[in-house]
Amino acid sequence: MGALQSIVAMVDPYVLQILVNIGIAIVLALGLNVITGITGQLSLGHAAFMSIGAFTSALITIKLGLPFGLNLLLSGIIAAAIGAAIGYPILRLTGDYLAICTLGFAEIVKVVFLNLDITNRALGLTVPPPKSPIPMPFYVWGVAILSIVFVCFMKESRFGRALKAIRDDEIAAEAMGINITRYKIQSFAIGSFLAGVGGGLYAHFLNYINPSDFGFLKSVDILSMMVLGGLGSIAGTVFGASVLAAAPEFLRFMAQYRMLVYGGLLVFMMVFRPNGLLGGVNFTDLVLRAIGRKPATAEINERHNKG
Amino acid sequence: MLLQQLINGIALGSTYALIALGYTMVYGIITLINFAHGEIFMAGAFVGLFLVTVLKFNVFLAMAGAMIFCMIMGVVIELIAYRPLRKSSRLSALISAIGVSIFLSTLALMVFGADAKGFPDTAFPVQQVKILGAEISTLQLLIIGVSALLMLALEFIVQKTKIGKAMRATSEDYNTAALMGINVNRIISFTFALGSSLAAAGGVLVGLLFNAVSFNMGLMAGLKAFSAAVLGGIGSIPGAMLGGLLLGVAEVMGVAAGYSSYRDAIAFAILVLVLLVKPTGLLGQKIQKKV
Repeated sequence: MGALQSIVAMVDPYVLQILVNIGIAIVLALGLNVITGITGQLSLGHAAFMSIGAFTSALITIKLGLPFGLNLLLSGIIAAAIGAAIGYPILRLTGDYLAICTLGFAEIVKVVFLNLDITNRALGLTVPPPKSPIPMPFYVWGVAILSIVFVCFMKESRFGRALKAIRDDEIAAEAMGINITRYKIQSFAIGSFLAGVGGGLYAHFLNYINPSDFGFLKSVDILSMMVLGGLGSIAGTVFGASVLAAAPEFLRFMAQYRMLVYGGLLVFMMVFRPNGLLGGVNFTDLVLRAIGRKPATAEINERHNKG
Repeated sequence: MLLQQLINGIALGSTYALIALGYTMVYGIITLINFAHGEIFMAGAFVGLFLVTVLKFNVFLAMAGAMIFCMIMGVVIELIAYRPLRKSSRLSALISAIGVSIFLSTLALMVFGADAKGFPDTAFPVQQVKILGAEISTLQLLIIGVSALLMLALEFIVQKTKIGKAMRATSEDYNTAALMGINVNRIISFTFALGSSLAAAGGVLVGLLFNAVSFNMGLMAGLKAFSAAVLGGIGSIPGAMLGGLLLGVAEVMGVAAGYSSYRDAIAFAILVLVLLVKPTGLLGQKIQKKV
């Protein structure tokens, strides 16, 4: 572990901080991508699950002092459990109603945290350093890479294909025997789990959390990352999260107007490039082509082009 | 005491209803949650404030000015951010609407600054009137009166005029209406204009009621008004009025009962409960999904 510490010491702390921000953003945006990009259910309350994870994780460190890995896992599971519990009733609603309900739920979570004694009300919580021998940046990137790999595999699995079927046509998916409600809840739980883990990392990286930090604008932040890269695209999400998490550092002179750019960006992307910058680009195929192998879909594409 | 709270609730609720009408009309026609509607409401409040403080207009003229400004604003927003997306997925249009909302509220932050601004006391001299033991301010009476008048005007336009008939036809079936020779693009623009002007009137009234106009007033008011529209049954005009009033009264009663720190959560709790029990809202019609 000493080696890792010395690597961290070698890197410029400013750069390190940006890298950690990017790592956390990737975890959060991937979680939303599972819900919105892959399953097609617009959630405007992602920050709420992040705050549930952040407060759970902070309280576990303060009260129980569990090892950090276990702590993150527990925070994720609690966020997922709450996501599934709230998802059970509201996921029966279609698109727009769902978006508003998640938004309303996020507002309720914020108000509740602002009024609970255990979360220190509006003063927020100071979070002690995590109990872990591995330095924070490695932890964050370890979790980020694990999440990327997990979502990549999930997306191409039987489960992931069912989710995409729900996104493309709910009625047709149901006719094909997919239990829509169950799959939606599972995808919501997975997304909330990642949000919870991301929240735990966020809490321990910043050392201070306040319920007001997890408002609607935070959810929009995460949504913009995903939309910029491309709905449903994992590489796109990683790209979008990296760009928008690093952007405030380069745009410091206009920090106040960041949201102006985000707002314009959302409209611009939807009107001119609705699939995101990297949407529709299949990276598995690109990699396979690069090493000289035919991608699995090549035959289908050829047949299509002939016909 | 109860009557007092009831009137407070009705005054607050009728401003929610004014905003909710815009949501419900737009949703009724193009099934889009116009997320930027709350920001139009905010812009209306600022324009009204500007006209009263800088150009020394009286309140009613300022309200009319704000309504005209926001009419144009609503139409332009639809033209830029929603019309190109008419044929794409609902998700795209909704994200675009969120983008407009974020853009406008940040723009207001840049232009007007972060602190709330109030109307001058001379804008509308407030007096207290005693009716049946309840203290009612003339401002509350103004709000209730203006809202009722505007809603009656809207009901007249929608039910009795030719363009209102075209609106109803378009909301019933977009494609068939187009085939019948209705210029649906014009009807949609008209709907946005109508809804935005009501929101602007609501903005000026809320600005007077709380004596505060700020860049972020649109978000919460917009969300609550949307909740009101859903509560009443989205797409239904009487539903939006009923929903707004119910929500206003519920909020005021909740605060009076001592839950003031949960004030903003009350509306959403009601919304979530209603959607679970009766997703079509109180006066909404059930629409069968067709393949």
